[in-house]
Amino acid sequence: MTRPTTEPEAVPFPLRIPGEPFPPPRYEEYRRREGLVLTHMPNGGRVWLVTRHAEVRAVLTSKKVSANPDREGFPHISDTMGVPRQEQIPGWFVGLDSPEHDRFRKALIPEFTVRRVRGMRPSIERVVDGLIDSMLAAGDSADLVADLALPVPSLVISSLLGVPPVDRGFFESRTRTLVTIRNSTEQQRDTAAKELLRYLNRLIGIKVSWPGDDLISRLLATGAISTQELTGVLMLLLIAGHETTANNISLGVVTLLLNPEWIGDRRAVEETLRFHSVADLVSLRVAVEDVEIGGRLIRAGEGIIPLVAAANHDQEAFSCPHAFDPGRTERHHVAFGYGVHQCLGQNLVRAEMEIVYQRLFERIPALRLAVPVEELPLKYDGVLCGLHELPVRWDRPATAP
Amino acid sequence: MRITVDADLCVGAGQCVLSAPGVFDQDEDGLVRVLHSRPVPEDADAVRLAGELCPAHTITVHED
Repeated sequence: MTRPTTEPEAVPFPLRIPGEPFPPPRYEEYRRREGLVLTHMPNGGRVWLVTRHAEVRAVLTSKKVSANPDREGFPHISDTMGVPRQEQIPGWFVGLDSPEHDRFRKALIPEFTVRRVRGMRPSIERVVDGLIDSMLAAGDSADLVADLALPVPSLVISSLLGVPPVDRGFFESRTRTLVTIRNSTEQQRDTAAKELLRYLNRLIGIKVSWPGDDLISRLLATGAISTQELTGVLMLLLIAGHETTANNISLGVVTLLLNPEWIGDRRAVEETLRFHSVADLVSLRVAVEDVEIGGRLIRAGEGIIPLVAAANHDQEAFSCPHAFDPGRTERHHVAFGYGVHQCLGQNLVRAEMEIVYQRLFERIPALRLAVPVEELPLKYDGVLCGLHELPVRWDRPATAP
Repeated sequence: MRITVDADLCVGAGQCVLSAPGVFDQDEDGLVRVLHSRPVPEDADAVRLAGELCPAHTITVHED
């Protein structure tokens, strides 16, 4: 294998530029380059970009690579691009390596099995139908992000955690402030995070005294996670499952409106995940030993960003990768990451997406975009790709009550 | 074809159950359980897919 030894010229960061489509067209050029691509984080740190599918999977399963943000050289995204940094909270296990990570993951796995998620489907259907009822009752137009895509994961997670109905308004508003970047300041998000942590603490206290049929009560019963750690675990579940799902829902609806031949085909869910790869910048890593990736030696202490959107559009792994084709046979996308940190809630996300696509187009078959597709506000200011708003319209049936 | 698993490595993503539901299941802890360690030829492609998708390399598919 050839090993480039000269330092390549660094490409600019951030990788996404307003007005450009997503994934950025430059990813294709990066994949064709020999070796890896170098960039500098906003704080100046050198980081290697990994863009090819096989190499992204190699990074995410390498024992020489760490997910711990406290490690020297870890590539931190700037503070303005994400939710307030939570890494100091005990139980934030996405930032831990094995074996510390595994205790948390193993405690949570039973909550997200294929069978358990299947059992949640009726309650997800009720949530989705209730939100569509409200949209229909309000008129003949809606913002599908605010009215459906964001509230679905919010209501599903609050039901899973056993948030009392009376607290749902508080819970949802703070969550929304925390996970949406455009309409809130850093200080507002920080306040919302503190209020949510305080709320989750109180909720855990209630579940200690009065256990119910919910995730918090079941985790407390196992004793595998301390109540202090549990707060961080819940915060992580809340954030990880929220805007990611919302972005997949809204982008998927747009893609189905543009490709109506796939409406009603369940395979559209998996292809939406690959095609949009909303969590492109989520799986950040740092080398803890020298490791060779893509023919280049990455030194211990150097940051690595495996770009999942680039991997999912690699033509070595997917034929005609830029086409939205739910009928494709390749299923090995890395939209949920890969390795031990692969998304724990992935089957819940799939169920939420599938039920939304199904119910929305069944109940509002005349659904259409209310603005030209080029005018939809794509997110460039966060770690996730998605839509800030999705204005839609429909014609009321002539015989509407 | 023969399947072996190292359940200690399992991270409970459930991709095997989705790919080959007649061959893999999750136990009460959510970890992989092999229902048929020598799957029938009709399941061979689904089993290979399960091996390919497993994020933690828990599943090994032996082509013997």
